[in-house]
Amino acid sequence: MRGGQVAARAPVIQFTNCRILRGGALLREDLWVRGGRILDPEKLFFEERRVADEQRDCGGCILAPGFIDVQINGGFGVDFSQASEDVGSGVALVARRILSHGVTSFCPTLVTSPLEVYHKVLPQIPVKSGGPHGAGVLGVHLEGPFISREKRGAHPEAHLRSFEADAFQDVLATYGGLDNVRIVTLAPELGHSHEVIRELTALGICVSLGHSVADLGTAEEAVQSGATFITHLFNAMLPFHHRDPGIVGLLTSDRLPAGRRIFYGMIADGIHTNPAALRIAHRAHPKGLVLVTDAVPALGLGNGRHTLGQQEVEVEGLTAYVAGTNTLSGSIAPMDACVRHFLQATGCSVESALEAASLHPAQLLGLEKCKGTLDFGADAGVVLPNVVLDPFPHLRLCFTSRNCSCNTTLPFINCLN
Amino acid sequence: MRLVILDNYDLASEWAAKYICNRIIQFRPGQDRYFTLGLPTGSTPLGCYKKLIEYHKNGDLSFKYVKTFNMDEYVGLPRNHPESYHSYMWNNFFKHIDIDPNNAHILDGNATDLQAECDAFEKKIKEAGGIDLFVGGIGPDGHIAFNEPGSSLVSRTRLKTLAMDTILANAKYFDGDLSKVPTMALTVGVGTVMDAREVMILITGAHKAFALYKAIEEGVNHMWTVSAFQQHPRTIFVCDEDATLELRVKTVKYFKAILPLLLILFSLKDLELRNLGLHSLPFSFLTIYVLNSFCLC
Repeated sequence: MRGGQVAARAPVIQFTNCRILRGGALLREDLWVRGGRILDPEKLFFEERRVADEQRDCGGCILAPGFIDVQINGGFGVDFSQASEDVGSGVALVARRILSHGVTSFCPTLVTSPLEVYHKVLPQIPVKSGGPHGAGVLGVHLEGPFISREKRGAHPEAHLRSFEADAFQDVLATYGGLDNVRIVTLAPELGHSHEVIRELTALGICVSLGHSVADLGTAEEAVQSGATFITHLFNAMLPFHHRDPGIVGLLTSDRLPAGRRIFYGMIADGIHTNPAALRIAHRAHPKGLVLVTDAVPALGLGNGRHTLGQQEVEVEGLTAYVAGTNTLSGSIAPMDACVRHFLQATGCSVESALEAASLHPAQLLGLEKCKGTLDFGADAGVVLPNVVLDPFPHLRLCFTSRNCSCNTTLPFINCLN
Repeated sequence: MRLVILDNYDLASEWAAKYICNRIIQFRPGQDRYFTLGLPTGSTPLGCYKKLIEYHKNGDLSFKYVKTFNMDEYVGLPRNHPESYHSYMWNNFFKHIDIDPNNAHILDGNATDLQAECDAFEKKIKEAGGIDLFVGGIGPDGHIAFNEPGSSLVSRTRLKTLAMDTILANAKYFDGDLSKVPTMALTVGVGTVMDAREVMILITGAHKAFALYKAIEEGVNHMWTVSAFQQHPRTIFVCDEDATLELRVKTVKYFKAILPLLLILFSLKDLELRNLGLHSLPFSFLTIYVLNSFCLC
C-alpha cells in the first residue's frame, strides 16, 4: 500500500530523556515517531531490525498528547461567527496561534447566528489536518440556534429558533447542510428534539446538551436518543437541585444507556466555575470531564471592546462580558492556563489534568485511536510542557515531517504532519 | 569451577555485570571481531542487566560489536506478549543499549517449522564463531535454560515440554493462572552451552539453594542438568549467601577463602594483558573492579 511504503522509508525519530503520558500514567520511556505516527520500537527492533535515525533529547520534559479544544469561538481578533469573505484565513490564524497553547486539534465554534451566516461560513471551514502550520480542524461546533430563550446567555435572542414540525429538515435548512459539522449543542426540552438528536447521531455528529432549562428526566431521554456531551457544565443550565438535579444530574445518572459515558465540558479559567463546583463535578465523574476554553475572539488580545457573533464584548484582564452587562461572554484563558488551573483547583494528578484536555475530548469524538493518546499508531502531534506544570514556560511542540493516513469509521479524521 | 559468593543479590548482580563488562572490554571487539554473549531471562539476571545498562550509560561499555544469543523462548506466545522473552529482553536490556538489532538473536517460538528454527539458531552460533561467554541461570529443579530434568547432557537446541516445577515457577508471571503458562519452549541444549568458551551461572535466593547443592556437590546427573558444567573447563558460579544454604560449610569456606587469591590472579592476568600493549583498557574501571571485589561491598 502506497501510504505504508512511504511511512516505512520515513526517518525514525526517538525522543529520549522524557516522561510520556501513556495508559493514564507518566512513564519514563522514550517516544518513537515515524511518518507522523507513534511507533512501537520493540516491533521496529525485532521485525524491521532498525534503530532510530535521529535522537532528540527532551531534557526531562513531559511529552503529552496535543490538547483538543472542542469549544472555541475565535481568538486573536478572529470571530468564527462572522460571515466574512475569507473565513478560511481567520481559521488558519487561530489554528496557528493556539499551537502555542498546546492545542493541536480544535472545533471552531459558531454561536447562535442568522441563517445567512451559517450558509456562508460553514462551507468555508472544512475539516483539515494539523501540522506545524497550525492545529487541525476536526469539524465545526454549532452552539445554537436551537437553544433555550431563558438560558441563552450571550447568544442573541433574535436568532434563536425552535424545531418546526419537520424538525430535521428544519435543521438542515437552518445550517444549509451538515458537511463539516462535528458537534451540535441544543436544548433537549424543545419539541421534536429527539428525532433531531437521533438523526444527527446517526450521521456521526456529536449532540451536546446546553443552554437549556431541561430537567433531569428530559436530559436522560436526550442521552438515550444519542446525546453524549454537555456544553459548559453549570453555565447556561438550571442549577443543581437535590430533588431535580437537571442536566448536572447526568454525571451520576443511572438511566444512561449501558456502556455509554456522558462527557461534559468545563471552562476551568477560574472565572466561569467556582473551584468548589469544579471539584464536585470532577469527583462525581472524573472520566467524563473535558476541558474547553469557550474562548472568544478577544483571546490573545488586550483589554477593550471586541466583537462576538452579533454582539459586542468588553475585555478586562481575564474576564470578558457582554458589553454593558454582567453576563459572562466566554472565556479568554488559553487551554494551557485552563489545564494548569484545573490541576491546582482539583488537586488531581498531572496525568488526569492532561487527559482532561486530550484523551477525554478524543474519546468524546471517537478519535482515541488517533488522537489524545501516545499509544502506538496514534498521530504524532505532541506537546512539551515543562516537568512542573505550575508554572509553565511557553510550550514547545514537536512535529515530525511526514504526512500519514489514519483509518477510523468517522469521516473527519486527519493526522498531524 | 569457580564459585564466587557475594553477600546479597545486589552485590552478586554487580559482580556478575562487572565480570561481563570486563570480558567484553578486554576482548576489544571491533568491526571484524564480535564478542558473542549468551543471555538468560527470568528474575535472577535483572539486577545484572540493570548494572550493564548503567555501565553503558556511563560510557564505559558499548554493545556495538557484541552479538547476543538468548537461551530460550516460549512456543506459541505472541512475540509482543508482555511475558515473551522477546519483550523481556527488549524492556530489560536491548532498548537501553546500543546493540545492532541484527546481532540480537532470540529463538522464534512462532516459527512454522520449530526444529528448523532451532537448527538455524545453532548455525548462527557457529557462524558467529561460537559463544565467548554464556551467562545462564538455574531453575529450582536444577535445569539450565529449559533443559528440564531428564534432558540429554549433550543435547542441542530443540523444542522441549516444560516440567511442572518450571510451569509453577513461571505462573507468577501469568497472574498465577497455570492455564495461561506456555507448556512448550525452544531452548539451547546442554551441549550447546557446554560448547561456549566460558560459562557463568547466576544463582541467587534460598529457593535455588538445593539446586545449587545438587549441581556442584553431587555427581553429574541428567536430573540436575546444570551439573553438566562440572565437566566444562571454565565455569563460574556467582551466587549470594542465601543460595549457599544447602552447601557444606566446608565448600563455602573453601571458596570464600580462595576468592581474593582468585581475584589477584585474575587481575594480574589483566595487568599482563595490559603490558602486552592494550593501553586503552579503562584502568580506573579495572581498579574499581578489583578493589570492590576485595572489599566485597
